[in-house]
Amino acid sequence: MAKLPVQPGAVIDGFIIGECVHRGGMATLWSVTRPDFDCPLLMKIPRVSEGEDPAAIVSFEMEQMILPRLSGPHVPRCYATGDFARQAYVVIEPIPGTTLYSPLGELPLPYDEARLIAGKIATALADLHRQNVIHHDIKPSSVLIRPSGEAVLIDFGLSHHNQLPDLLQEEFRIPHGTAPYMAPERLLGVRDDPRSDLFSLGVLLYFFTTGVRPFGESETLRGMRRRLWRDPYPPRKLKPDYPPWLQEIVLRCLEIEPVWRHPAASQLAFDLAHPDQLKLTARSERLNRDPISTVWRRRFNGNLTQPKAKADLAAQLASSPIVAVALDTAEGSEPLNEAMRVTAQRVLATLPSARLACLSVLKLGRLTIDRALDEEGNNKHIDRLVSLRHWASPLKLDENRLTVHVLEAIDPASAILEFAAVNHVDHIVIGARQNSLKRSLLGSVSARVAAEAPCTVTVVRPPRLAALQGEESEDGTKTREVRASPGSVQ
Amino acid sequence: MLLAVFADIHANRQAFAACLDMARARGAERMILLGDFVGYGADPEWTVETVMGLVAGSAIAVRGNHDNAVATPSESMNAEAQAAIEWTRGRLSAEQRRFLSELPLALQEDDRLYVHSEASNPQRWRYVQSTPDAARSMVATKAHVTFCGHIHKPALYSMSSTAKMTNFVPVVDVQVQLLAGRQWLAVLGSVGQPRDGNPAAAFAMFDTTSKAITYCRVPYDVEAAAARIRENGLPHWLADRLSVGR
Repeated sequence: MAKLPVQPGAVIDGFIIGECVHRGGMATLWSVTRPDFDCPLLMKIPRVSEGEDPAAIVSFEMEQMILPRLSGPHVPRCYATGDFARQAYVVIEPIPGTTLYSPLGELPLPYDEARLIAGKIATALADLHRQNVIHHDIKPSSVLIRPSGEAVLIDFGLSHHNQLPDLLQEEFRIPHGTAPYMAPERLLGVRDDPRSDLFSLGVLLYFFTTGVRPFGESETLRGMRRRLWRDPYPPRKLKPDYPPWLQEIVLRCLEIEPVWRHPAASQLAFDLAHPDQLKLTARSERLNRDPISTVWRRRFNGNLTQPKAKADLAAQLASSPIVAVALDTAEGSEPLNEAMRVTAQRVLATLPSARLACLSVLKLGRLTIDRALDEEGNNKHIDRLVSLRHWASPLKLDENRLTVHVLEAIDPASAILEFAAVNHVDHIVIGARQNSLKRSLLGSVSARVAAEAPCTVTVVRPPRLAALQGEESEDGTKTREVRASPGSVQ
Repeated sequence: MLLAVFADIHANRQAFAACLDMARARGAERMILLGDFVGYGADPEWTVETVMGLVAGSAIAVRGNHDNAVATPSESMNAEAQAAIEWTRGRLSAEQRRFLSELPLALQEDDRLYVHSEASNPQRWRYVQSTPDAARSMVATKAHVTFCGHIHKPALYSMSSTAKMTNFVPVVDVQVQLLAGRQWLAVLGSVGQPRDGNPAAAFAMFDTTSKAITYCRVPYDVEAAAARIRENGLPHWLADRLSVGR
């Protein structure tokens, strides 16, 4: 590769190099001109010709692939690219002003000022995500504010495009990015979840409003991994006057599980724009971090820290939901189970790409030692799996659309809720417990699932029972839509 | 120049005709034919005749394992493929059989390599079904882009200058620039017997100037192609699978 000298006066593909305006770790920025462009131009040249880190090459390749495809006010306009065969560069629109890195000396910012800045970044992220790109390096130095007010995101070297090859896929054994801002799932190798950007924005908002970084500044992998199980101190602990609505937003952005964060940047932007309409949950008032038992469960429960199946485009997710049916396979449940099958059939009929997960909870005693075998020596776990498959067989689903799961738990409702959260269940179908003394004493599983599930819950009753109670709809099923209530802390 | 690249046509006249139409409508200036023109499908004469006509013009064609099996009965294949090949052999003229047997196994043009299976050992007909398979093919050639087929599932692999691999399932109609700094292996989906769960016929367009590849899918009359297979007494599964793309 014959390299061209990059210095003032040199010409690369017709662009006349002017002064060097910035020398960064990965690239240098030059002001350039070309007779056929009458606007100011900036050329970004990677520092690879000087024998730098190969990571810089890959990052630059990513930027070369992604930048020319982006449009709108929230990204710099891209005019030209040159590849490594001769001289790698991108020519972009210079954004006047400085990055958000510059006000760092004045932290913390007034709450409302920080809210407005975060709202602009969330709006920019929503626009970026709509263009199939996840930024993956949101931090103060990646954001500029145009004189007209819009946030502009720069530096796409670590970004992921949902419709292009991910060149960073195998490039680094440890995740690349800016440690204090990196979302926990990034540490597990997940690169296709747009909610990673919402986490980084949450770090930025926390930092701007408290003056402290929520996960410190540790650059070591060990230090970074703590965020997989350890939540940050609620801002109200650091600043007693911290507004509950702001803490609600910040802590939601910083949820360890992406599923508990805002589902989309646009919704975060909406919350930041209308803090008075925000539904506050328990997290808005918290003064302490999660109890150590929760932290341990996260840390040592492998399921919670496993990377999730590759997330697809949002539209695809919406059209292919996961429907979970929580069944009681005990004697005498047949009428209810039949009604649940009818309901499941109706749900699946309208959603040809829906998946069905059949659940049964094997209740463990709180104090007794449980045995895997029943009195007759049959394996309880396997018996349940067989019953579930038997229940599902009239639905005639393809094998790849049906899964069966036996959850062993002391608390059935929590087990179902956790399954629903971990597996991104979109719709739970559950039977109402029949009237009994036990129900009035202990409360019903279905009521708790309906109240706390992060998705739609359909509570089913057999027709006969509904008639007896005289309170349900005519077809005997009762559908309740439950909005996500991620704030509930148990 | 704008190339249209086709792999695994498998004597599916309806699918190939639909792909050629779309490629021409999109401005294809040259056709690249990556082999397996026959086998499975019920229109080998028309397909080979069409391929011969294209090659007489500016098209480039390489030999696939099914084309090879027509001339070499010893080629090992599963029972259904074998039945289809026996039937095909009887349908083709001597001239058509000779055309197939004389096709090259691989062909390099500028910085591009065209091969049916993969580059490391084309006559072994190995499948590229994983990143290590792709790496083996890419280290065996200096070509910037290798185009292959054989597996009937589209994929796009790359290898950086430090031998780091990426894999990717291409998104239909989204152009991907094959950056000059790394090597690429473009695995084509099948024209005549897609197996990635999408029954639409698959091909790709490649712009030799911008180095941009676009994977395309074309709906075609699957029922007509399946009916031809059934009425010629070929194994019914070969007809059934067309509608599910498996």
